[in-house]
Amino acid sequence: MKKNTTNLAFYVPYGLWLGLFVIAPVLLIIYQSFFDIAGHFTLGNYATYFESGTYILMTLNSVVYAFIITALTLLISYPAAYLLHYTKHKQLWLLLIILPTWINLLLKAYAFIGIFSQDGGINSFLGMMGIGPKQFLFTDFSFIFVASYIEIPFMILPIFNAIEELNEGFVNASRDLGAKSWQTFTKVILPLTMSGVKAGVQAVFIPSLSLFMLTRLIGGNRVITLGTAIEEHFLVTMNWGMGSTIGVVLILAMFLIMFLTGERKRKGGRAS
Amino acid sequence: MSQTIIELKHVNKTYGDTVVLKDINIEIEQGKFYTLLGPSGSGKTTILRAINGFLDVTSGDVLFSGKRVNDIPANERKVNTVFQDYALFPHMNVFENVAYGLRIQKQAKKDIKARVLSALKMVRLEGYEDREIAELSGGQQQRVAIARAIVLEPAVLLLDEPLSALDAKLRKDMQYELRELQQRLGITFLFVTHDQEEALALSDEIFVMNDGEVQQSGTPVDIYDEPINHFVADFIGESNIVSGYMIEDYLVEFNGKQFECADAGMRPHEQVEVVLRPEDLDLTSVDQGKVTVTVDTQLFRGDYYEIVAYDGAKNEWLIHSTNPAKDGDTVGLTFDPEDIHVMRLNESEEDFDARLERYEGE
Ligand SMILES: Nc1ncnc2c1ncn2[C@@H]1O[C@H](COP(=O)(O)OP(=O)(O)OP(=O)(O)O)[C@@H](O)[C@H]1O
Ligand SMILES: [Mg+2]
Repeated sequence: MKKNTTNLAFYVPYGLWLGLFVIAPVLLIIYQSFFDIAGHFTLGNYATYFESGTYILMTLNSVVYAFIITALTLLISYPAAYLLHYTKHKQLWLLLIILPTWINLLLKAYAFIGIFSQDGGINSFLGMMGIGPKQFLFTDFSFIFVASYIEIPFMILPIFNAIEELNEGFVNASRDLGAKSWQTFTKVILPLTMSGVKAGVQAVFIPSLSLFMLTRLIGGNRVITLGTAIEEHFLVTMNWGMGSTIGVVLILAMFLIMFLTGERKRKGGRAS
Repeated sequence: MSQTIIELKHVNKTYGDTVVLKDINIEIEQGKFYTLLGPSGSGKTTILRAINGFLDVTSGDVLFSGKRVNDIPANERKVNTVFQDYALFPHMNVFENVAYGLRIQKQAKKDIKARVLSALKMVRLEGYEDREIAELSGGQQQRVAIARAIVLEPAVLLLDEPLSALDAKLRKDMQYELRELQQRLGITFLFVTHDQEEALALSDEIFVMNDGEVQQSGTPVDIYDEPINHFVADFIGESNIVSGYMIEDYLVEFNGKQFECADAGMRPHEQVEVVLRPEDLDLTSVDQGKVTVTVDTQLFRGDYYEIVAYDGAKNEWLIHSTNPAKDGDTVGLTFDPEDIHVMRLNESEEDFDARLERYEGE
């Protein structure tokens, strides 16, 4: 009996946290999404979302950008994590990779404005090479570049951990059975580190769907994502209902991603 | 008649200042069961790694069928390994694990299926194809690891302490199965163990290792009956080792008495060590005994009594006797001349073999 009550006591802070900061806000958002700008109950927000092509287009737009950012991040992060695993002072290198995450997002965004602007670092370098100044800031390229830069540590970390946990014995066994390095990679290393890739994709894709500061500062509002739309509705048009509706869409998207990248039960029953 | 398929010639391996393998010379012939036997850290796994290609030797040659393979990578060498921890792929079921090497070779689907099933049958795991690795017992995992290797029909199968994770009963069973499997397949096995009983029971030939050197190689009977030095005598089986002097050929002195023996070829009055196996010692009365000892403790071992006794000079004697003794009794020990095995100090295996040849040929 006593044991049970102490066990329960441990759950109290966790339960409070979950209730106050996760469940309550989500419920509030859902609740809010059923009211129009004048405070009347309505399903109109959802109707607007689905009927006006703008929102659907915006959603698709967000998904495409998030997808590109995630794919690019993954493409850079997996080899980086793999090389890191075989590097001598890997803890030091890892620290250097994580370091930028300690700097405020806005500071990094402003730094990139400096680098990409007409008289910034890149353009003066190009100028020296005799290539005229190019427009980098406020392009799709700069938006994707900066977003990927910011997300990379969150992708490298879980993949690096998965590779570290991989038993070298499996790699040796594969080679012993005749597999070349590439075959060993695709048939053994990649599948056994998939958990890290999935965790990384979750950590990058979902935030990328709702990036909003960067869209303004680096993307120059040319890139409009769901995140930007929510910000507009809450802070500019004051249409909280519509903003919440988009929020609900984002939450659903999050569950969908979790489901797609989650551990699926193996087929086939357990004997005995 | 039998041909050498693997040969190590003057192989050395050092890590910085530590010498791990010292001038290893090993010949492996077609179709036999070989064992590398030695205490932990003696270099057994290192020798396997020199053969399967996961280790660059510092000097010396590794030859497969007479061809030097030092620079051939592991995935191209025609040997397969059963690793100490099995290293079965956790993301594949039993069938896929066994099929792995065949899929790498891009064999036809139909052939893969037939060969996997027959390999599983060979290790008596029919019907386990769809099991996940985590759903197998230790002994079953070990058999999957063997099936995964033998399905590729290697010339030599390397097994790194495959039985060490199993409990005593299963271990015994698997010893029989391994031996039987080896004879049925006709594949050469190079088996690693630190268990001397296992080595004696299974092998056609044993390499006894210590400190990165092969101390002695030979059949189990040779090594048991004629250990080359103190280390081998002590490591293989149980033994009483006393120091003494060789008076002349076939006459040795220890415990202050002279005994007729079956060894020869030493210098007169050379200092030697004498080995007497506990099962060769018989209890008798004090006046008939060659050595007089006082019984200290006695354990019943099922088919014999294990008796620990001390002689006048406080040397310990281990005796396996079918008849019990009483604690504190003073008894005589008797043995035959051929039960005495005399070892020279620091004799090399070459000299040892040559000497045995000389006087046994007489
Ligand atoms: N990478 C390495 N660097 C330095 N020393 C090593 C290295 N690998 C192995 N050794 C040393 O080589 C020696 C032989 O190792 P090995 O693994 O061959 O022993 P073993 O006979 O297989 O022992 P066990 O029965 O414990 O498996 C050991 O003393 C070990 O410490
Ligand atoms: Mg070992």
